[in-house]
Amino acid sequence: MKKSLTTAAALVLAFGAAACGTASGGSGSSGGGAGSFQPPDVPMKKSLGTMEGQVNILAWPGYAEDGSNDKSVDWVTPFEKKTGCQANVKYFGTSDEALTLMKTGEYDVVSASGDASLRLIASGDVAPVNTKLLKSYADIQPFLKNRAWNSVGGQMYGIPQGWGANLLMWRTDKVRPAPTGWGAVFQKSSPYAGKITAYDSPIYIADAALYLMNTQPKLGIKNPYALDQKQLDAAVALLKQQRPQVSEYWSDYLKEQQAFTSGDTLLGTTWQFIANLAEADKVPVKTMFPNSGSTGWSDTWMVSSKSKNSNCAYAWMDWIAGPSANAQSAEYFGEAPANAKACDLTSDKSFCTTYHAADKAYSDKIWYWTTPIKQCLDGRKDATCTDYGQWTQAWTEIKG
Amino acid sequence: MASTGVLHRRPGLRAGLLLAPPMLWLGVAYLGALAALFVTAFWGQNSFTGEVQRTWTLRNFHDLLTIGVYRTVTLRTIGIAALVTVVDAVIAFPVAFFMAKVASRRTQGILVVAVLMPLWASYLVKAYAWRGMLGTGGLVSWVARPFGLDTPGYGLTAVILTLAYLWLPFMILPIYAGLERLPGSLLEASADLGARNGTTLRRVVLPTVFPAIVAGSIFTFSLTLGDYIAVRIVGGANQMLGNVVYDNVGAANNLPFAAAMATVPVVVMLAYLAAVRRTGALDNL
Repeated sequence: MKKSLTTAAALVLAFGAAACGTASGGSGSSGGGAGSFQPPDVPMKKSLGTMEGQVNILAWPGYAEDGSNDKSVDWVTPFEKKTGCQANVKYFGTSDEALTLMKTGEYDVVSASGDASLRLIASGDVAPVNTKLLKSYADIQPFLKNRAWNSVGGQMYGIPQGWGANLLMWRTDKVRPAPTGWGAVFQKSSPYAGKITAYDSPIYIADAALYLMNTQPKLGIKNPYALDQKQLDAAVALLKQQRPQVSEYWSDYLKEQQAFTSGDTLLGTTWQFIANLAEADKVPVKTMFPNSGSTGWSDTWMVSSKSKNSNCAYAWMDWIAGPSANAQSAEYFGEAPANAKACDLTSDKSFCTTYHAADKAYSDKIWYWTTPIKQCLDGRKDATCTDYGQWTQAWTEIKG
Repeated sequence: MASTGVLHRRPGLRAGLLLAPPMLWLGVAYLGALAALFVTAFWGQNSFTGEVQRTWTLRNFHDLLTIGVYRTVTLRTIGIAALVTVVDAVIAFPVAFFMAKVASRRTQGILVVAVLMPLWASYLVKAYAWRGMLGTGGLVSWVARPFGLDTPGYGLTAVILTLAYLWLPFMILPIYAGLERLPGSLLEASADLGARNGTTLRRVVLPTVFPAIVAGSIFTFSLTLGDYIAVRIVGGANQMLGNVVYDNVGAANNLPFAAAMATVPVVVMLAYLAAVRRTGALDNL
């Protein structure tokens, strides 16, 4: 009975999505993950009950601020006052870390990027989300609903938080002339050798693949997350060439911020959030979104299938994706908010324009983190692609 | 009253009850965990969801032996561990000698406390302090500049410096204890027989404290072999065995491969202990 209800709900949602014309498949973000596996049968929440008094939140740094980093930045305390749910927040540095922590079953909600979300769904660690129980869901930008990284077969597995691109950051006082694109970190014998940084995760291979996609069309890369063995080898070779020029790989945002502050790192990939923190400390840094595009993230709040505080978890999802908290968290992190109404509530009124929040065309230019799987995500049927396990293996070899 | 009587009459039972809890801990918690590790190393993993698949396979060990990067990382880690041990032994010996043979009783006590003091501070705080000191414009480059030198920056040198600092007390204390046991009369006898200081050191002191140095080296070597935090903080882009284990648990979520990798330091340590045993150093501990 349970199963048929879930299926019915999924069908209704699927038709709804088709009717709204929001089926996935933009140029930059197509992901075939959705149709290629059958998620385990995890029951969906039917109705809300009484609050449990606490919720354990697993989040990207900056998504759940309670004023302890900066007194004026606090959207967790109002949530606690409103719902009576005490929020226990843990930040993580990479999607892989989030995945491991979610498997412990100790967290109720997680802000998952596309390279974690499908894996969480496939392993049954997260439950389908009943969007009818979330008031904020109606205000979410339509182009973020039912996408390859947050839904399977038309069933949403969470509520979108926001999205953005991985940017190129540099020290304006040391790097002259200013870099013009990703070539600055991938070129041979860079003048800044030994002062370059890169993100410490296998998913960074996609950054190299994207660069190759734009500079070596002969390789035939159509999607940086769909690499066959030959294409992966080319990306790995590029990263091995970059390796001696890297001062350190970062996954801890504080470590990167500190390295840019001290000048141990002058150039490399970053998040807008880190650039904001560095600028607040008067470090002369600048960021850019290269014309050739960039990798990026589109994050979704998901609820654990083992959650003991699911009512508080739903309350949190509704709160964080609601206009006020979504505006604050997106502005603090430096990303486009998912909630359309959030744009009226940002302290900088031009914020949503700067971040192209309602601009579907711009959003499609970003290659959102997606888990690479054997079935090629770019739709190739004649090739076998490399999966995340192979990427992880390759990443260890690149670091040497 | 009766129970004490029973325990009194049966020494075997008494010993059994006394030893049962620690034996249980050693057997179940300690060796059990180690056994679980070895078993896990023979399992596989679903590369997409990261679930452990409980089917027997030798694949992990096959990858471990055939893929070059793991050999490189293993050799690098052993090299770092050996260098840290040498640096610590060279620094620790004079310090311990001064403490045991030269300093007054009062100074001795103060020095022991001083050596132990760094152990009161958190590992992370000390590692981050080294990150600050070794960074561009940090203390090390400031001190080195008048000599025309610069900080080594983040890399293997920084890792060796930091780890040598962190594990130094574990080398000083055994050597100090060993030198304490060396009677002062032996040194005097050596001098009376016409030996110079260098000869006394080489032929009397070093052979006596050799087991103590070996004991210290077991600490510094094994602690370095398992370390993965210092290299993340000051190691630049380098990785050690511990990082590969950590990344396979934390990033790849490939527990079986991490378990296979974790057997490498165990094997290295067993080989090291076997080598040490052949020197006879363990008999004198």
